[in-house]
Order: sequence, then structure tokens, then C-alpha cells
Amino acid sequence: MDRFSWSDGILSAEEQLITQQNGVRIYDGTQKTAFDYGKLVLTSHRVVWKDHKDQKCILTLPLSYVVQIEEEGSTLTKSAKSVLHLSPADPRRPSGPSMSSSFSFIRFSFTEGGQKEFHRTISEAVQRKRWEVRPAQTQAVGSNQKQLRTGISGIEKSIQQKHMDTDRNISQAFEDLSKLMDKAKEMVAISRNISTKLREKQGDITEDETLQFKSYLLSLGIDDPVTRDAFGSSNKYFQELAKQISDVMEQPLKTSGGVMTLSDVYCRLNRARGLELLSPDDLVNACRTMDLLQLPVRLHVFESGVMVLQLRSHSNEATVADTERTVEKSGSLTAEELAKIIGSSVVLSKERLLTAEKLGKLCRDESTEGLRFFPNLLLTKAL
Amino acid sequence: MHRRSAGIAAIKNKNLAQARYKDKGSEIASEQLTQLSKQMEAFRTNLEEFASKHREEIRKNPQFRSQFQQMCAAIGVDPLASSKGFWSKMLGVGDFYYELGVQIIEVCMSTSRRNGGLMSLEDLRKKLLISRGRNKQEISNDDILMAIRKLKTLGNGFTAIPIGKTFLIQSVPGELTMDHTTILQQAEEQAFVSERILREKLGWEDERIWRALDYLVSEGLAWIDDQAPDRQYWFPGLFI
Repeated sequence: MDRFSWSDGILSAEEQLITQQNGVRIYDGTQKTAFDYGKLVLTSHRVVWKDHKDQKCILTLPLSYVVQIEEEGSTLTKSAKSVLHLSPADPRRPSGPSMSSSFSFIRFSFTEGGQKEFHRTISEAVQRKRWEVRPAQTQAVGSNQKQLRTGISGIEKSIQQKHMDTDRNISQAFEDLSKLMDKAKEMVAISRNISTKLREKQGDITEDETLQFKSYLLSLGIDDPVTRDAFGSSNKYFQELAKQISDVMEQPLKTSGGVMTLSDVYCRLNRARGLELLSPDDLVNACRTMDLLQLPVRLHVFESGVMVLQLRSHSNEATVADTERTVEKSGSLTAEELAKIIGSSVVLSKERLLTAEKLGKLCRDESTEGLRFFPNLLLTKAL
Repeated sequence: MHRRSAGIAAIKNKNLAQARYKDKGSEIASEQLTQLSKQMEAFRTNLEEFASKHREEIRKNPQFRSQFQQMCAAIGVDPLASSKGFWSKMLGVGDFYYELGVQIIEVCMSTSRRNGGLMSLEDLRKKLLISRGRNKQEISNDDILMAIRKLKTLGNGFTAIPIGKTFLIQSVPGELTMDHTTILQQAEEQAFVSERILREKLGWEDERIWRALDYLVSEGLAWIDDQAPDRQYWFPGLFI
């Protein structure tokens, strides 16, 4: 155990990552150590052990110590182990977990498998003795790893280092991500449990607790029936947001005909914000509360699913009458044509025509030339 | 002898038992909520740590983002649902996708008059890269599809239609049936089809072909070209 040194685990320039394995325990000879559960990393130069819980607890063992490698197969109760027989400790080595040891071998116990692979790779690495092939420059400076490299080989080395750094960063990132996801999964499970209880009225929690629970679901991004029914109305965040949106959008709505599609609103709001943008769901949920809050701006959903914000003062009847008049004046209109005349978007113009049609004011003529609307003479002109 | 216990005493006992059971149930829910609270706090810290270490990774690496999305989907979590959610606030994934959403809407609105609101994913990506400029981070097709998935909520008809190996992005409301998308798939190679091509490749009767093509033309998704011996139906969404 005394051949190990503390380390920061960062690979040197010529060092190559070979393999790694989780769930490894270190034995000092036949005795257990405090290093119970960690990740074993094999490089071309050494073996590194990283504690699972304490990110800063990292041990390193140069491969040059390894004299012989043995294996202990797994049994019903014991995991497979690799036994590394080591040469005597170098008195000049950097400090480690222990100054002396009564054993001249250590064992790695692979509680989560990977022993065979490790055995194969470490045997190869020890044979190759990559640490002995050193370019002349590295001998010079002591502990400073970054050397002045010149020429093409220098550039190549630094590119290689960058790639390795990136690879290492990515694999570390993925690993951390998996751990994070595992925790999130647990919380999702508990949430679903609570939600079921709430729905089956098996658990009575207070009003406050319900609000808190709903906010947790929102934070995690869990879609749950509990959040959907009457959520919007009982949620302060969306109500505040609704007021904000109404304030911001009232003037623009007045200047653009009183109606605007939600995607248009989304763009305007987020362009104005710059940072801390709104999600589409947030926007829709907030707008849904507008009617309830009696704000000057409200949400309207057409049959086609198109969603618009319109001024409360915007009356649908007035729009229909206006549309009817405009169509009559031109004889007939398509959505594109109407859009040009009233200065609105094609999508909105189409909705106007469809609404007017629904109320019987217009008739459609559908052909390959498009959808054209005519005044409904069947209704208006006496036969 | 009566098997069932009867009488007021029995009813009282039953009510008592039910009440006790209910209490037990509510106790458990309340306990669980406390447990959840604790976990949420711990998770928030973990997420902060993760964010401080890997924020750059998320910003720069589209594969990492894609992996992240998949993992979230696998555990039943939508990281983009709310800008107030943990994920979007602390990892900054929110702003990235919401901004991309704005840019997608703008590109689509500016081209919809020409292509009827239909364009290929590659085309959209190219236009986005231009409008985003050089200094912005790389975006992948997955990123675009993810942003579009969220834009659907706005009700403007944003959809990604799978076509062969790629997708067509629809940005106006309109129902495209399977027949329509099949024709679009056929058209993908050369950006046009003709009635003859459809008859040969799909084996449909004339009635069916006409009905589908007529709809596509009337919606502005297909243009008629009568200069060739066979009338050709061109799809600007596929060639512009």
C-alpha cells in the first residue's frame, strides 16, 4: 500500500488512457483498506484509483513497480481479483496514504466485473513499458508537466493532448450525467407515487403541500395529470407571467390589427428578453390564465388549433362582419389576397375566412387553384 | 348465528378502521413529500455541480446534448418544459433551444410564401447557420428537431415529417395525410413527380393520385410545370 501516491489523476502528455472499471476495492496484501469503492483507471504509465464518493481522493501507482500479476477467480461470495506483486517502494516517491507496508503485493477486487479485461490490458501495458520511452526533453524539468515543444511534433502533441482532454472531459461528463439521471429517476418514481395517491384520494395533503408538489413537478419537467387540471389557475408563476405578457403585448397588438399568432408573440417576447427566455409551454400556460385574470389581452384557440393573442376589445362579430365586407368588395378572396389587403399574415387571414364561413357569411370554392371564398348569396340575397 | 357483525358497534368499528387506513395513506403521502423535498434539495446541489463542470460541454457538443435529451426522455422528464425548470435554468439548455426556436420560426416565416410552409431539414439547417452567424455554437439536426418538438405547443402547425432518411419541416397548419407524405417521399430525389411516375412507383389508381396532387397544389406545396411532355409537379420545399 505504500507504493501508492496521492495524485490529481490528470494524464501527462505521453500517457494514454487504456481502460477503466468501476466498483474496484483495494487490498493491501491480504488486508482490506479504506479504499473500498472506486474507479480503477489503467493508463500506459500507471494505475489510477478514484474514490467514488470523494472526488478528490485519487491514488496513483506507477506500472514500473509491477513485477508480477496474478489472478484470483471469483467464487460465490468473493469477486474476482487481480494481484499485483510490486518491487520495493522508491523513497523519493510523492506522499501517499501510507509510509510503509508489511506486504509487497496489492490486490484489486472487481465487485462489478471487468477483472479479466483488466488483467489482459495491464499485462500488455506492463510489458510495453511505455513509460521508459521518453523523448529527451521531458527529463529536464522536474514536476512541471507542460514542456516547451517546438516544431511539427510539438504541434501534433498539443493537438493530441487537446483531443485527449476533450475525450476525457466528455467521458467524465457522460459519467456525471448518468449519475445525475439515476438520481432524477428516483425522484420521478416518488413523484408518480405521490401523484397516484393524490388522484385516488388516498392521501390528503394540505393545499400548500399540493402547490409545493406541483412546483416540484414543474421544476423537474414531469408531465403529470396532477399538474394539468386547474394548474394554470392556481399557479402564481403563470399568472405573473400572464400579466407581464399582457403588458408587453397590448400596444403591439393594437398596431397590428388586434390579433397575433402565438408563434409571433413567442418570437417578439424572446427577442426582447435576450436572456432567460420563455419556453413555449410557459407561454401557452400563462396565456391560458389571461381570461380568468380579466386582462386586456387574451388567448383564443381556433378549431384548426391555431392559437392567437387578441385584445379583449377585439370582438369576433366585428371581425366577421369586416371580413364579409372585404370579401364582398373584391367579389371573392383567397387567404393570400385577404392577407395583402388587411396587412395580416396568411395564417390569420385564413382563420378569419374560416370563421366567417362557419357563421354562414361566406362560401368556399375549393379547386386546384386554391381555396377561394365568396359572399354567401344563399343567405343574404332573397331567392 | 350471524356471520356478519351487525349493529351500530360494527358500523362504528368499520368507520374507525377506514379512518385509520385513510390516515395511514395520507401519512405516507405526506412522508413521501418530505422525502421528495429532501431529494430535490440534494438534486439541486448535484445539478449545480454538474453545471459548473460541464456547462461548456453542453454548449459546444451536440452529441452530448442529444444524449442528454435521450436520457431525460428515458426517465420521463422534459428538460425543456418550463424555463423555470431545473434543467433549463441551471444547465442553460433552455435558452439554447428557446432561442433556436425563435430562429426557426423566423426562417420558416420568411420562406413559407415560396415553399408553402414546407422545407427540408437540411435546408432549414443551412439557413439557420447563415442567420446565426459564425460565432454561434454548432447545431445538429437533433437540436433542430428538439426545438421544433417544443414549437408544436404554439399551435402554428410546426411538425417534422419523416421522409426517407431525413425530415421535412412543416411550419403552417394543414393536414398532410399519408398519401401526401408518400408523394413527398417520392419527390425527394428529384424535387418533382409526375402522374406517370406515381403510377409506376406506387401503383395507385388515377383518382387517388389526382386527389392527393390537387391538394398539394392548392396548398401551395407543389407547383405545376407543363413545359415537359408529362405534367410535372415540383416541390419548392425540396429544391429551394
